[in-house]
Amino acid sequence: MRLHEYQTKQIFNKYGIPVPRGKIAPYAGEAKQIADEIGEPVVVKAQVLVSGRGKAGGIRLAKSAKEAEEIAAYILGTEIKGLPVHKVLIEEAVIFTQEIYLAITIDREAGLPVLMASGSGGMDIEEVALRSPGKIIRLPINPLLGIQEYHARLVAIYMDLSRQYWRQFAKVLSNMWQVFRNCDASLVEINPLVITPDNRQIALDGKMIIDDNALFRQPELAEMRWLETDNSIDTESRKFGLSYIPLKGKVGCMVNGAGLAMATMDLINSYGGEPANFLDIGGGANSEKVGAALKIILSDSYVKTVLINIFGGITRCDEVARGIIAALYEIDNQIPIVVRLSGTNAKEGMQILMERNLNIASSLSEAARLAVEFSQRVPNGNTH
Amino acid sequence: MGILINKDTRLLIQGITGHEGLFHTQQMLKFTIPIVAGVTPGKGGEWVLDGKVPVFDCVKTAVDVSGANTSVIFVPARAATDAIFEAADAGIKLIFVITEGIPIQDMMRIRWYLKQQQITLIGPNTPGMLVPNEIKIGIIPEDIAIPGNVGLVSRSGTLSYEIASILKSSGIGISVCLGIGGDPIVGTGFTDILDLMENDPHTEKVVLIGEIGGLEEQQAAKMISKGYTKPVVAFIAGQTAPAGTRMGHAGAIIERSSGSAQEKIEALEAAGAKIAHYPEDIPGLLM
Repeated sequence: MRLHEYQTKQIFNKYGIPVPRGKIAPYAGEAKQIADEIGEPVVVKAQVLVSGRGKAGGIRLAKSAKEAEEIAAYILGTEIKGLPVHKVLIEEAVIFTQEIYLAITIDREAGLPVLMASGSGGMDIEEVALRSPGKIIRLPINPLLGIQEYHARLVAIYMDLSRQYWRQFAKVLSNMWQVFRNCDASLVEINPLVITPDNRQIALDGKMIIDDNALFRQPELAEMRWLETDNSIDTESRKFGLSYIPLKGKVGCMVNGAGLAMATMDLINSYGGEPANFLDIGGGANSEKVGAALKIILSDSYVKTVLINIFGGITRCDEVARGIIAALYEIDNQIPIVVRLSGTNAKEGMQILMERNLNIASSLSEAARLAVEFSQRVPNGNTH
Repeated sequence: MGILINKDTRLLIQGITGHEGLFHTQQMLKFTIPIVAGVTPGKGGEWVLDGKVPVFDCVKTAVDVSGANTSVIFVPARAATDAIFEAADAGIKLIFVITEGIPIQDMMRIRWYLKQQQITLIGPNTPGMLVPNEIKIGIIPEDIAIPGNVGLVSRSGTLSYEIASILKSSGIGISVCLGIGGDPIVGTGFTDILDLMENDPHTEKVVLIGEIGGLEEQQAAKMISKGYTKPVVAFIAGQTAPAGTRMGHAGAIIERSSGSAQEKIEALEAAGAKIAHYPEDIPGLLM
């Protein structure tokens, strides 16, 4: 789960990482009022979850409160990289002399947190990584120990940071670790951390990603998600713990396990079809979850056929079958459904499915072939 | 008798009284490895599965009384971290974590802590291990495979079932089937298992089932290229997955060039592994 910049900054502020004075505005009128409070000039920043907002025109300087209102009105009416802007952040314009890049993220191969820093902050860090990888320092962190003061000194020395800044810099890093640790983040990024002419260090921009698996113990952060979600399918799939990713093809897919789901999609492609989605119902799904998954797939009007491929282990095929049948009683479905059940309680599952006229396949490749065939039939070529 | 375990293995089931724990323990009882105890905090003193397995409140007591040395964890994600640390501190030396969805920060601490104490962790999000007709630890359905000489190691549980049953229908048997777990951070990787299979006299060929994301397969390729003595057939799932998309909680994410199926396939092929483009190609490549 990605947080917006303003949400990230609320958290930074709570943990003692200095951020510019600012407030969020959902309407242009409010932008003017906030700019008046903060004092001119201000920066108006679109709150959308895309990178490269600045280049796309989502971050602009306003010399007066009136101009802030105009810019806010403009930004709130546009889309940035295809996403509508619901809120803008109005902040004091900060003058600075130096920009630093800082991030704590996870190195999954090492299984460790890693601190990344560069004296070339502000710009696209991936660009820096590509052109001059020597300018980025990467320090693996002991997950039980966290970031210590010596880590901060190491980084400071590496990036030639003047000694007068060291103590304050160590404090920023230590607080950043607290944010990473306490919020169950998989990424905390400050880009840039700036140093002002009066020697303050301020996080001008910030990004955070929270581990979805930890939201059960992060109720405040979980709350932030609901404020931002306006996609009902997204909400629905999260509610049932489904991993759903819409794609562009015609074959809707429901599979248990991400690896099997991807192998199923590869096979659909090999028969000349294209999957409409990735959907992993996870392990041990009950009939309610399966029903919800089927409804989500069928809500995509491009879907011309559905392929359900379940290899039961911890998941029981009879539970899956019950979910399919229950969902089909609730929705008026006209498109062909191909089902392949194998593994735990597959026989019982098949028995349950007899009740409906579904297309039963005995192997994965047969299921994929059938599903692609159905999806390529002309409209009205119904098999039911 | 497979890898990782031996005739002294005594199993403990954490979360034994839960829906999944009880069902799968019952399946496991049909096999040879003794299940000597179960743990569910608050249910100590009960006996489950027709009085076959005693339940304890904590792992320490269970270990003291039963001599358990290997644990299988079915505890739900929000309590699993505690259960893993509890097993480690009670002296358990081999832990299979079936649970999926453990927070990643917990996993970093768990992996670090267990490594310090030389405890082997399989998973999390592993289906466990199956030696057909002999050993079952975890949730792998027992009838998907027949005994044989092919070692099967996978990041994905259900995909390994699929492939084991394809082998079975071609009359090819399995020496051991093990899932390392689909989560982004797991305790034991492909290379550790390849190493064990190299030394397993019952395994003559290896099938490696990978997927997009991470570097596990590339590390395996490196190991194979350095003189691995047994033939390896590899299959990588996600060959047609759109780049930049996160495919589920299995940690299948292409975030850098090193995570794509193409790169993994090239690395494995260059290392001398035979590549199966579809699961059904595997039996032919093993012949």
